[in-house]
Amino acid sequence: MRDIIISELTQAFQQMARDIAHYLPRLIVMLIIALVGWVIAYLLKFLVRSLLRLTKFSKLSENAGATQLLHQAALPSATELVSRFVFWIAWAGFVLLGVSVLGIAGLDEYISRFFFFLPRLFVALVILFFGLVAASFLSRAALLAAVNANFRSSRMLSISVRFIIIIFALSMSFEVVGVAEETMLIAFATVFGAAMFGLAIAFGLGGQDLARKFLEKKLAPHHREDREDELSPL
Amino acid sequence: MAEENLLTDEFLRQLINIGEVDIVVGLSTHNNAKTIGPVIAAIQAGILKCFPRERVAIINADGGSQDDTTELVKNASIDDLRRDHKVYALRTLHSISVRYGRIPDPGMALQTILEGSDLLRAKTCVLISPDSTTIEPDWLQRLARPSYYDNFDLVCPIYRRQKFEGALVRDLLYPMTRSIYGSRIREPYGSEFAVSGRLITDFLGNGIMNQDWGRMGPEISITILALTGKYRVCQSFLGAKQPSSRGHDMVASVRRTVGALFASLDGNFPFWSTVTGSQPVTTMGTATELAQEAARINRKRLLEMFASGVAQLEPVLNSILSPSLLSELRRIAALGVDEFDYPAELWTRTVFEFAASYHKSTINRDHIIQALVPLYRGRSLTFLMENRDGSEQDIETREESLCADFERLKPYLLEIWADRK
Repeated sequence: MRDIIISELTQAFQQMARDIAHYLPRLIVMLIIALVGWVIAYLLKFLVRSLLRLTKFSKLSENAGATQLLHQAALPSATELVSRFVFWIAWAGFVLLGVSVLGIAGLDEYISRFFFFLPRLFVALVILFFGLVAASFLSRAALLAAVNANFRSSRMLSISVRFIIIIFALSMSFEVVGVAEETMLIAFATVFGAAMFGLAIAFGLGGQDLARKFLEKKLAPHHREDREDELSPL
Repeated sequence: MAEENLLTDEFLRQLINIGEVDIVVGLSTHNNAKTIGPVIAAIQAGILKCFPRERVAIINADGGSQDDTTELVKNASIDDLRRDHKVYALRTLHSISVRYGRIPDPGMALQTILEGSDLLRAKTCVLISPDSTTIEPDWLQRLARPSYYDNFDLVCPIYRRQKFEGALVRDLLYPMTRSIYGSRIREPYGSEFAVSGRLITDFLGNGIMNQDWGRMGPEISITILALTGKYRVCQSFLGAKQPSSRGHDMVASVRRTVGALFASLDGNFPFWSTVTGSQPVTTMGTATELAQEAARINRKRLLEMFASGVAQLEPVLNSILSPSLLSELRRIAALGVDEFDYPAELWTRTVFEFAASYHKSTINRDHIIQALVPLYRGRSLTFLMENRDGSEQDIETREESLCADFERLKPYLLEIWADRK
């Protein structure tokens, strides 16, 4: 009995020693890959940050309204955020590469899925960023045009334009990454449809006089009062 | 001569048929059949009266008129005028018309006329607006003579206006051009002016039409080139000026004039940053004359548009103006019509902060220009109220005071130009 226990223990220790001997080089390789990956990711972060500063990315982000959002959420600047994002993605990629060297069964599939997901995540983020840029630009353009045309609900119009474009960009981004595709699509269709339907009802029922005045102003000869309202600038 | 031009073969053939001329009169048209007749007649009469011995050609650059504008120009006969005025030109008066595009483009029209004038080796090119219904034959002499005989490179107009017309020129374009470029040109954006052959060659050769300010405001860019290039500039009193059809769209007018002026500051910084004060410009005729008849303006609506602009555009103005200036604007936006006052100094600082933001592109540049429009309406209201019962002298004194503010606060512009406050 005693011999059996000793023999089993010896075998277990030998097996563990063999396993350690088997995994130790791989573990060291993994650590080396992670370490080298950290250095490369850090260099990438530095490179991306310099490139973004060179291309005045922060100004673009400010114009897009992203800087304001980040500031409100107590997050770092857009340049810093993007460069940190690149760092973590690159380093996580290297760490996963290192983990795959360990040869743990079933892990390879998850790692390959992660690498397959990265380009889609990148595309989704790009779409979201340009969606924010477009939303900011077009909502501001709508606001200025409405104010200069003496439209009373200029701010509301501008907010609506921004809201619709952001919802549109979000639904596209979610579709690209494959998260809640249908939910987002339905949400967008519902919001957009509701907004248009609401506007149609509001303008059709509540705005009959406004519509009449608008058409009269456009189609009928200008009244004297309208001409008197503006100083000729040139 | 310009290295590249967009002149059509037909236009070149017409120019070759003419040969060389002394003076070119340029007309940029688009559906001007209603007004072009009297304008052409006045030009022809001016030529007969003042330049009977000179070789003169009329060049009409048309932007796709759907009416008879081009036919009216081409078929304009000088014989009737000869009989009426009992004077005879010793040369043939050529009149040619070219369609440079299907949609009107002031820059393209001006470039076509100037390139035609350059190819004809004209000593002087006079630009006349086709909707200047108050034009008199003497206008041609008043514009062309200083350039043709006295070697001035640019002859700018001075008009007699209705009391409240040309507010943008009085409140912004004149004072700012004067303080920035140091010359007291009353109408830096005239619809009529004369240019020397030398200035035309340099203007086309410098490729200014390929730059932002050249594309945005081709007329004002000639003035700016003349001022920064140390050309000989003068101004000549023409006469009564009807409100221009160019000025009906406020945003387009501001974009085309103020936008071009702001855009010109970038490339010309080495010049204007060293300019202090301003110098008077040689002026032919009476310096200024104002028609006392004033247009009726709805003051309440102007105030509403200003106040609503300040309130609604707050997120946009936040990116353009300093917090102290914005809070000052908010304060005056809350005033009633009778006590409303947008002081000259505050207006000057507003314009300079807009110029600096435009330079730094804090937001889209076109949006910056559009955001200025409601504030300009507020300043117009003050101009209107200050001068409602004012005499010519009162208006002139206030104008001079505004210009002095622009000149005095120029260091402020230089300060915020480099570093946003």
